[in-house]
Amino acid sequence: MQEPVFNARNNKYVLSEGLDEFFSGVSKAYRFVGQYFRQAFKPPFHFSEVVNQCFEIGLRSLTLITLTGFIIGIVFTKQSRPALEDFGATSWLPSLIGIAIVKALGPLVTALICAGKVGSGIGAELGSMKVTEQIDAMEVSAINPFKYLVVTRVTATMIAIPILSFYCILVGLMGSFVNVSTQESTSFLTFFQNSFSTIHFLDLFTSVVKSIVYGFTIGIVGSYKGYYATSGTRGVGKAANQAVVMAMFLIFIEEVIIVQISNWIRFF
Amino acid sequence: MEKQSLPAKNGPEEPVIIIRDLYKSFGDLHVLKGVDLTVFKGENVAVLGKSGSGKSVLIRILVGLLKPDKGEVTVLGHQVNNLPENELNALRLRVGFSFQSSALYDSMSIRQNLEFPLKMNIKNISKQEIDKSVKEVLEAVGLEDKIDQMPADLSGGQRKRIGIARTLILKPEIMLYDEPTSGLDPITSSEINKLINLVQEQYNTSSIIITHDLTCARDTGDRIAMFEDGRFNKTGKFEEVFNDTDEQANSFYNYNFIQ
Ligand SMILES: Nc1ncnc2c1ncn2[C@@H]1O[C@H](COP(=O)(O)OP(=O)(O)O)[C@@H](O)[C@H]1O
Ligand SMILES: [Mg+2]
Repeated sequence: MQEPVFNARNNKYVLSEGLDEFFSGVSKAYRFVGQYFRQAFKPPFHFSEVVNQCFEIGLRSLTLITLTGFIIGIVFTKQSRPALEDFGATSWLPSLIGIAIVKALGPLVTALICAGKVGSGIGAELGSMKVTEQIDAMEVSAINPFKYLVVTRVTATMIAIPILSFYCILVGLMGSFVNVSTQESTSFLTFFQNSFSTIHFLDLFTSVVKSIVYGFTIGIVGSYKGYYATSGTRGVGKAANQAVVMAMFLIFIEEVIIVQISNWIRFF
Repeated sequence: MEKQSLPAKNGPEEPVIIIRDLYKSFGDLHVLKGVDLTVFKGENVAVLGKSGSGKSVLIRILVGLLKPDKGEVTVLGHQVNNLPENELNALRLRVGFSFQSSALYDSMSIRQNLEFPLKMNIKNISKQEIDKSVKEVLEAVGLEDKIDQMPADLSGGQRKRIGIARTLILKPEIMLYDEPTSGLDPITSSEINKLINLVQEQYNTSSIIITHDLTCARDTGDRIAMFEDGRFNKTGKFEEVFNDTDEQANSFYNYNFIQ
């Protein structure tokens, strides 16, 4: 009679297969990113397609960013006021709001919204192009699909998302002003100046860099998931879904890292 | 209905596609196991085989969409396997590929679909030249009135035609058709078959027509190649391939015509 044995080797095999898959996934993603940088600076440049994509991104996300930005401005101001009142420090309100919205909320909220709307859109679009052989069709007519589809989209997200972030900041401050003006009579200009009084160039610069990094992340993750979508309609849905999850996850990690780096820079 | 033989050629036949001892596998799945095939200038070769047998893999290798594991592929005098990218692209312009799913760019109108390969490949091409070419290929496939519609508005057969038109616009010397009649009703299928023959005449193309539809093979193929178990086990005229006691060929025949 054969004894049941714990098959350690088998177990190890499963583990190593999982690791294999993980690392080959990482190296595939790494090569995908590398290919972007290799091809982005080589002609031909599809400028008009980049512009098209910028408009597409704006169109997809503008309503949601306006709404969210405005509401966050109102709510954040409303919630912060009592806390400051306890210390008799309501005069600090505009600069508190400025710091919160310019440095953190504006870029982050914009990036998260765009990860949801734009990232999933790119994932689904490229995914369906992949499974219906449209990407192959480009390749066999001697058109470089990576350049035409991926480079243009990633470049567009890197341009459009910083712009949208500033738009979100502006709308957020307007929302905040709406709340402020129910309590005090300041002009928007004064409020705006006050809220920017403690914002330094480095803060603005960091926000721009952050937004560019988020834009790159959203574009490249969406493209990657779409470009390697497996066949079938389920593959397309999966690509769109994974694009959002992955992009959001990376955005949070990047947020932490960039804040840390900008603090070090400030320290020196 | 059987295809009329081509007029006798003068001089020796010139090969345009030569496949020698081609192997391809995906992991443990051995798809191509020593494929040999020669296609001569001006002829239509219909490749018949069951679905999932590796026919699409074979023609994808011909245009460099997939890399073979072993073997040689020569298209229009060039070895496809080890061409540098710019030469591969130059070769691809001379080969038209009609996809099984038509692969129309669904974010573009029919006009844009047809213009796209021209605009992307021919620098400084004038508006008139583009319009002329578009009109010409639309006439060839008989869909002039669809020019401003979107791919989603077309029927399956019309999409196939536009897909073919989009490859014709670059004036290919070779056409590769992947299942041109799959998913179409018999009448539409026979129209596509006629179109394939028309393309052969008007554009002087040599073609490989991949299909599991016997009618399509009979009506379009000057020669039939039976693809089975990873290689061609039989080639010849339609009557030669099906007028004998070969079991596999006959089961294919029975399935299609006697059912
Ligand atoms: N890129 C690929 N990766 C893995 N397997 C593939 C790939 N392409 C095709 N196959 C497999 O090869 C076999 C032949 O596919 P295909 O050539 O599409 O068949 P058909 O003769 O119907 O055109 C199928 O089993 C398919 O799953
Ligand atoms: Mg196939």
